[in-house]
Amino acid sequence: MVPRPVLFGTAVVAVAVALIPVAYLGVRTAEAGGERIAEELLTARVGLLALRTLGLAAVVTAGCLLLGVGSAFLVTRTDLPLRRFFGVLAALPLAVPTYIAGFAWISTVDRFEGFWPGALVLTLCSYPYVFLPVAAALTGADPAQEEVSRSLGRGAWRTFTDVTLRQIRPALTGGGLLVALYVLSDFGAASILRVDTFTRAIFIAFDLGFDRTAALVLSTVLVVLTVLLLAGESATRRRGERYARVGAGSRRPPARSRLGWARWPAVAALAGVAALALGVPAVSLAQRMAVGVSRPGSLGEIAVAAGNSLWLSLAGAALTMLLALPIGLLSARAPGALTGLLERLSYLTHALPGVVIGLSLVFFGINVAYPLYQTTWLLALGYAALFLPLAVAAVAGAAAQAPPILEEVARSLGRGPVAVLRTVTLPLTLPGIGAGAALVFLTCMKELPATLLLRPTGTDTLATELWTHTTVNAYAAAAPYAALLVLLSSVPTWLLAARSGILESEGGR
Amino acid sequence: MPTTPRKAALALTAASLLVLGLAACGAEDDAPAQAETPTSDKKITVYSGRSESLVKPLLEQFTQATGITVETRYGNTAAMATQLLEEGDRSPADVFLAQDAGALGAVAKQGLFATLDGSVTDKVPTAYRARSGQWVGVTARARVLVYNPDLVPEADLPASVFDLTGPAWKGKIGVAPTNASFQTFVTAIKVQHGEAKAKEFLAGLKANDPQVRDGNGPILDEVNSGKLPAGLLNHYYLGELAKEQGTTPDGLKAKLHFFPGGDSGGLVNVSGVGVLTKAAQDPDVKTFVDYLLGPDAQKYFAEQTYEYPVVAGVEGPAGVPALSSLAVPDIDLNDLDALEATIALIKESGLVP
Repeated sequence: MVPRPVLFGTAVVAVAVALIPVAYLGVRTAEAGGERIAEELLTARVGLLALRTLGLAAVVTAGCLLLGVGSAFLVTRTDLPLRRFFGVLAALPLAVPTYIAGFAWISTVDRFEGFWPGALVLTLCSYPYVFLPVAAALTGADPAQEEVSRSLGRGAWRTFTDVTLRQIRPALTGGGLLVALYVLSDFGAASILRVDTFTRAIFIAFDLGFDRTAALVLSTVLVVLTVLLLAGESATRRRGERYARVGAGSRRPPARSRLGWARWPAVAALAGVAALALGVPAVSLAQRMAVGVSRPGSLGEIAVAAGNSLWLSLAGAALTMLLALPIGLLSARAPGALTGLLERLSYLTHALPGVVIGLSLVFFGINVAYPLYQTTWLLALGYAALFLPLAVAAVAGAAAQAPPILEEVARSLGRGPVAVLRTVTLPLTLPGIGAGAALVFLTCMKELPATLLLRPTGTDTLATELWTHTTVNAYAAAAPYAALLVLLSSVPTWLLAARSGILESEGGR
Repeated sequence: MPTTPRKAALALTAASLLVLGLAACGAEDDAPAQAETPTSDKKITVYSGRSESLVKPLLEQFTQATGITVETRYGNTAAMATQLLEEGDRSPADVFLAQDAGALGAVAKQGLFATLDGSVTDKVPTAYRARSGQWVGVTARARVLVYNPDLVPEADLPASVFDLTGPAWKGKIGVAPTNASFQTFVTAIKVQHGEAKAKEFLAGLKANDPQVRDGNGPILDEVNSGKLPAGLLNHYYLGELAKEQGTTPDGLKAKLHFFPGGDSGGLVNVSGVGVLTKAAQDPDVKTFVDYLLGPDAQKYFAEQTYEYPVVAGVEGPAGVPALSSLAVPDIDLNDLDALEATIALIKESGLVP
């Protein structure tokens, strides 16, 4: 494809907007001076933090790959009983913020803190990042390759490892990357379960006498870790690319294997994971609501907070999609080194903690865009910087499913450009873009630290209300906000599950 | 293919509108942010480092009494102070309501606060306000040891916070080193006994295998439910938990131990208020600060948040000894803004990551 200057220019602008926080980091870190930077960074503590953070990211990513691929395979490729029900169940943990899950666990299990408990909770909350794309890839993959493999005498397991796994490799590595980046930036579980990660150290540095310099210097290490992760993922991706589907022609459902005696252990495993990921928070919330006597404000206040959450997340999702569109289209239509670099750059802020994004946009708002300061739009920009990769991945995926050849054919058959856009491109790409928007929307709903710093004064959201009540031990008052947050978040989650194809009945039995 | 440029053009238009918008905003940069005049517009903006559920009812009372609307931004004290420092003199805030003297001191140090009128600050004893007159205490809060009498007999209660580094307390103490009140307490040790002693205390505490928590709330929860024998926190948490459980502080299992004899462990800190320079002349802001130090607000704090009033003539909270009866350490709260050294000590001790 010819590189399109317009698309390229827009993508550059979008990436530049998303990189405002990194620019801020650079400016502020430079201000600190070399000596101060060295003093903060060249310590055994920083080395230990980096090792522990990477270790946690590795363990959680491995756990998520295992759970995500396992559930996705059972739900899409076997005769598992109630498979659609389990498909939705496996996506739902995405609706549970890690600070709610962490809190639920520590109030259920005494002394549930440190590395392994933190890894468990993070895995349970983030495996849908792997499950959803892998389930979609398994549903959409061309069964012919597997059939050929089987007909050539390979067993079921070898076919799975040699053919199936390769077909879904982009989904695997993409999902795994999102999980790893999420772990780098997570504050909720790390803080509540006391896992000493970089992000926790950054929050503590802020809390300890509002020491911005130390916190920002530490944040630069996160940027470096992110670059390392991205480089690692890019390496695997390049090798995986040729296994991707060629077109979205007529789809044929893949064959389902019979589980036989293994049906019930499989059901028990999925039910067990759901009980840990969803049951524990649900029971804990219910208990808190029953035990305490503090009551939230009126229903009106809860409704206002819910309305604010929805509106702010909607604005965040809209702006994020707007910025993601040129980057995603470019990466699908004009792949190349430069495009790849742009796309990777859009991932850079994803691993930064919300508080750093928040502060950088405070700085930007105060000094550069004052009229935007403490308006919805600056917060939306914060969300965009945080969650752009989720949107870019969705747009790129959707655009890839609408191969340019289809548009060319439509044109050659005499359709005008508008008609082609309406009848070919939009129908093919919109669902994918919609799924990206749902994911970003959902993630905005759960976001807390940047929301606290950037929201318009006086605007409470479900997440901030939840936070304000838990800081004074008013758990009973906090519980309805938590419940509503999870409930509202489960709507886009359900849409995502539906979108991944696991709800389709055509695969039947 | 022509459809793609069309779509791209659409996206470009949208994105460039956005960028132009940002640039335009940048161009307006020089417009004065402070349109505040000495006339009353019946509206103030408060940055609150104190929790919404504790302060909001009071602010509503204030609006009812005076007709002045309060726009409030809530966060924790450190976050709000950070935001103020980042915003500098363009901050939309008129007033900073903070949880701790150290935070007020740090913001004052950057020259962001106006000097308050003597007629306002004189209502508060000198111990509870800034020497410079740039902030004034609104409530007082005492550091205490909270303990569970089933696990710690009254006879074993320590006379000094330094006893907690002894072998008898190994694994038994909950602390929240990231909490501002803990830092201020360590600063108090430093001010009272010197840096070496503070360092020794932190090292002793760390060696004694303390239960590190992120906040005071979890410590009290665990002490009250018998999971933890004792912990260091502020006195009013007991009142909050009692309220949450629908009982009185006496009805809780957890009890408070006030360190006697001017021990550093018995530091009395303040929550307080500072006025941003641009709002120095705003009559609404003056009304607000007056209100905070008036009988209604002081009574509200004593009854609803279990803190000590700092203005004479208002009765203290139920269930705790009177403020005047506490043997507080001889420390000037103005000296507590030197947080950096304290933070370095806490970091060095290994109590925080």
